Amino acid sequence: MTAIIYVPTDSGALALGADKVANSIASELETRGVEARIVRNGSRGMYWLEPMVEVATESGRVAYGPVKAADVLSLFDAEFLSGGNHRLSLGDPERIPFLARQTRLTFARCGKTDPLSLDDYRAHGGLTGLEKAAAMTPADIVKTVTDSGLRGRGGAGFPTGIKWNTVLGAVADRKYIVCNADEGDSATFADRMIMEGDPFVLIEGMAIAGLATGATKGFVYIRSEYPHAIRMMEKAVQVARRAGVLGPAVMGSPNAFDIEIRAGAGAYVCGEETSLLNSLEGKRGVVRAKPPLPAIQGLFGKPTVINNVISLASVPVILDKGAEYYRDFGMGRSRGTIPIQIAGNVKHGGLFEAAFGMTLGEIVDEIGGGTATGREIKAVQVGGPLGAYFPRALFDTPFDYEAFAAKDGLIGHAGITVFDETADMLKQARFAMEFCAIESCGKCTPCRIGSTRGVETLDKVAAGVEPEKNLALVTDLCNTMKFGSLCALGGFTPYPVMSAINHFPDDFAPRAVAEAAE
Amino acid sequence: MMQPQGTQTEAQVAAIIDEFKALEGPLLPILHGIQEEFGYVPQEALPVIAGALNLSNAEVHGVVTFYHDYRSKPAGRHVLKLCQAEACQSMGSDAVAAQVKTALGIGFHETAGDGSVTLEPVYCLGLCACAPAAMLDGEVIGRVDADAVAEIVREVRT
Repeated sequence: MTAIIYVPTDSGALALGADKVANSIASELETRGVEARIVRNGSRGMYWLEPMVEVATESGRVAYGPVKAADVLSLFDAEFLSGGNHRLSLGDPERIPFLARQTRLTFARCGKTDPLSLDDYRAHGGLTGLEKAAAMTPADIVKTVTDSGLRGRGGAGFPTGIKWNTVLGAVADRKYIVCNADEGDSATFADRMIMEGDPFVLIEGMAIAGLATGATKGFVYIRSEYPHAIRMMEKAVQVARRAGVLGPAVMGSPNAFDIEIRAGAGAYVCGEETSLLNSLEGKRGVVRAKPPLPAIQGLFGKPTVINNVISLASVPVILDKGAEYYRDFGMGRSRGTIPIQIAGNVKHGGLFEAAFGMTLGEIVDEIGGGTATGREIKAVQVGGPLGAYFPRALFDTPFDYEAFAAKDGLIGHAGITVFDETADMLKQARFAMEFCAIESCGKCTPCRIGSTRGVETLDKVAAGVEPEKNLALVTDLCNTMKFGSLCALGGFTPYPVMSAINHFPDDFAPRAVAEAAE
Repeated sequence: MMQPQGTQTEAQVAAIIDEFKALEGPLLPILHGIQEEFGYVPQEALPVIAGALNLSNAEVHGVVTFYHDYRSKPAGRHVLKLCQAEACQSMGSDAVAAQVKTALGIGFHETAGDGSVTLEPVYCLGLCACAPAAMLDGEVIGRVDADAVAEIVREVRT
């Protein structure tokens, strides 16, 4: 058989030199006259091992990593095409503890398959969810999603089935499925990984949403910072269209559904759903007041399902294996699995899909392996730039929507940034305000002006100007932003700011005095 | 009086508008197309768009200026974006930015005097598990260290 060599085309792998590795392998194959096929797969999500090259052997897949172009010659010499031993040998990738400990439902295929091969997708269980959905009534599809307990993975955690039910019940000549792929939170890359590594699962999820609600048109709004994801999704949509997965008769059913890929233009706030809808319509990405809910009056005033990439990409497995199968994972009201993204100053950074319920400490210390710099962990920010900073004292918090809310934090899109002891939490609090000022859409005064006043006031604290009075002012300002902003940008910026102040008070102590005391 | 160059720009803009006009909500795709063609969104394109989409000049201006991506003047031959978001901060993106600024002699949102490079901050490239990250002319770079900075600087200067 012709050997198959997998070299990821995921942006993270590309950023670490995967193209150079693939080119070296190709030229070495030619030099040696060896016949083999190079497949550019997605990433398995173990970024400290990227670029991770895999070879399909008779006894299964064998991985090598992290591979540099300079290692390619020695890999051939070690006969890696038949799984030969090399200093970069990792063995069966699925037995690497980081991967073996995961429960991969949404990411079941990511990193295994050729992202643009529909045959590969089908061979690994793809399209069965859509096939089953095509034989169900819309109400039954919605009920399955509702019963699965799936909640919006974008951050808000709103039950997906309930949203779909509203759109199903709305009467209109046209309905839309909008996929929010404006993944702007630092520490998050799950959407990017799935779009680059298994784009058909998102297409399948959107098609199911279309069948469930009577929507015939879908948009994927992808941030412009993800050029590779945009290109991959565009190609995947064309493949799906040619195969009849999309088009006038989805999978041979009487239902039409098609998808258009749209690029954002560099505005963080467009990750907020109503702002995203305005942007799609060609307007300024300004937040809309709710009600009306997008499910009633969304894109172009029509009933619209707007879901995050991971919410939609989790739907195929739910339809395929049933609501109970999915619901049986997780804890409390957080059902199923969540792709946790471990990032920043961490030894083993990457994507870890697991049932809800692991503690923050397990994720950061055991899975992540502590900091990359080898220093003590000072803080972890959970949920992106609008998420709280957690100290080690809160590492027993289980990964669950309600448990994080109870500790004045949020899961958000499940990104975790690890900071070592050199982090300056006043600087991080200031950055949260600064970021809000840069990205505010300007509609709400507390967000638009409060963020700038927040930066100035924290600068006064840093300069030792009436620190107590100014910290009280920041607290009051955060309160105003929290309750006086329409969306999460202004409303949640207080999370990183207040958690930094509350959990790391030493970093806010007057510096001149602290230095004088030394 | 319309300058000859303006006329040519307008014709190019009109062709791009024609390409995307049939889309639902065509304004962003049109602006992306214009920026791809010209490297920025020329001022004289705005009334042409406004006329074609039946919008006011103010509405088009409002949209163009809302989004960080659209430029009002041409960028350098290379565009270097350095991620400045939290995950990259935790891995020393501040120091990387300082090195790059010193080496290139420009700050963020500036273009080198010789037109070689424009430097911009970006808030997340989704490369948070191989931070700090950068993007040079659309190509992603992870774990940017002193060597990578030196290589980037060499590349933009050639």
